[in-house]
Amino acid sequence: MALLKVQGLTKTFNGFTAIKNVSFEVAEGEILGLIGPNGSGKSTTFNCIAGMYVPTAGSIVFDGQEIAGLPANRICHAGIGRTYQIPRPFHNLTILENVALSAWFGQNRTVSREECWRLATEALEMVGLPTDPRLTTEGLGAAALKKLELARALATQPRLLLADESLNGLDHNEMEQAAEMLQRIRKEKGITIVWVEHIMGVLMRVVDRVVVLDHGEVIFDGSPEAAQNDRRVIEVYLGTEATA
Amino acid sequence: MDCALDIFFLEAVLNGVLLAGLLALLALGLNLVFGVIDVVWICYAELVMVGMYAIFYFYKMVGLPIPLAMLLGVLIVALAGIILHVVVIRPVLDTPPINQLLVTGGVLFFLQAAATMAFGIDFRNIGVQFGSVSFADMYFSWNRIITFVVALVIMFCLWLFLRRTFIGTAIRAVSQDRHVMPLMGVDTRQVYLVTSAIGGGLAGLAASLMVLQFDIYPQIGLQFGPLVFMICVLGGLGNMVGGFIAAFIIAQFITIGGSCFATEWGYAIAFLFFMVMIFLRPRGLFGGKA
Repeated sequence: MALLKVQGLTKTFNGFTAIKNVSFEVAEGEILGLIGPNGSGKSTTFNCIAGMYVPTAGSIVFDGQEIAGLPANRICHAGIGRTYQIPRPFHNLTILENVALSAWFGQNRTVSREECWRLATEALEMVGLPTDPRLTTEGLGAAALKKLELARALATQPRLLLADESLNGLDHNEMEQAAEMLQRIRKEKGITIVWVEHIMGVLMRVVDRVVVLDHGEVIFDGSPEAAQNDRRVIEVYLGTEATA
Repeated sequence: MDCALDIFFLEAVLNGVLLAGLLALLALGLNLVFGVIDVVWICYAELVMVGMYAIFYFYKMVGLPIPLAMLLGVLIVALAGIILHVVVIRPVLDTPPINQLLVTGGVLFFLQAAATMAFGIDFRNIGVQFGSVSFADMYFSWNRIITFVVALVIMFCLWLFLRRTFIGTAIRAVSQDRHVMPLMGVDTRQVYLVTSAIGGGLAGLAASLMVLQFDIYPQIGLQFGPLVFMICVLGGLGNMVGGFIAAFIIAQFITIGGSCFATEWGYAIAFLFFMVMIFLRPRGLFGGKA
């Protein structure tokens, strides 16, 4: 059974249609790549699923429950975590506080303080950040901030992780590490992942399946190998960015 | 006009320190609300006035013991903070700041008018006096000393709350980035409600201390409101530590200026200093929220 089922998702902003009739499914335990050139509607799709936008039409069923239009905090409680393309940590909190806050509110304040600190420590260890409670976010580089973003999402104990362009701004080595980490998160935690990205190279080796968007519509849904041989994908995506 | 470094000067300095405790407490509530919700409660001093009248009413007219009257005063103003947020602030949260200023300004005049209708324009006093203490030829009223100590304790408790609880941590976090919070499962509307209740509660606590020192009248907000607002801006709007330090600076201008010239001059000099500083450092001495 699909963990996430998006059907006929449409979002318009003041008459501009950002995504139109987008449908795809994500199976439990899968890593799905959601790709497409800039402005293709990846982020809009993400924001609709995560509850930042209210969809104009369509349905989003997560674990058998309709979540389209629910506020973001309720969707987080339902078990969907997300990271931001540009990390948005709280610089006035310590690293551990950033993650512990997520652990507490992400589970709708149902777990004890001690459990939150433990979950936060665990999430930081998972992504490879220091767990010293005195450390602030000061001096963290781009790669570390992305890790913190990921730890914060993991601390909410999601069943589905929406990872937004996780590799943007990283060097080759860091990209490989990040891709490895997403695989490890699935393996060790059993978390299903939807990964939005426009750097295709690493993604294609890691994901089980790709959904390609162009101009707000799904133009391909299948294996990474098939995508690389698909005429339309090559035209709209590979033809413009990957070969540049 | 005698400004020698004598015992009167020292007395003025120490009285300034005592006054600063109260001003810092007043500034803290306003800064907390602004830091988190991004809205300035122009009517903040009027909430304090409501608290003072509530305490006066329960103590002098109903006859409750003073601690109970103060507790009720704090609860009433905390509730007023919540009502203010839900009824007045929430509908204008995403509108230009000038709208927010005008609606809270409207509440200011409404509360003044309501207090005048209910209690008249007379100066009221709860008449609680603890006498004074003399020390090396200087006199300090116990009411002022108690106010100072209690204000510091309250501020310390709030600091602990903001540091040691997840709700407090969330309040600090929201002041930095309110849009990312829901993705962590935080209902920002709840955080705003809690903040408004605490902001109101702080106004109520300030009222409990002020009834020990000041007469109650409908326009008392005008005596303190501009001063508190100035302290917040000087310290950097939304910057709680900055507001705390600024309160001590401004209080010194008021008491030393008042002691050397006349009380009215103390306020004038304080505002003059404020204007000069704001030309030099538009975002406050210690930097505020952008």
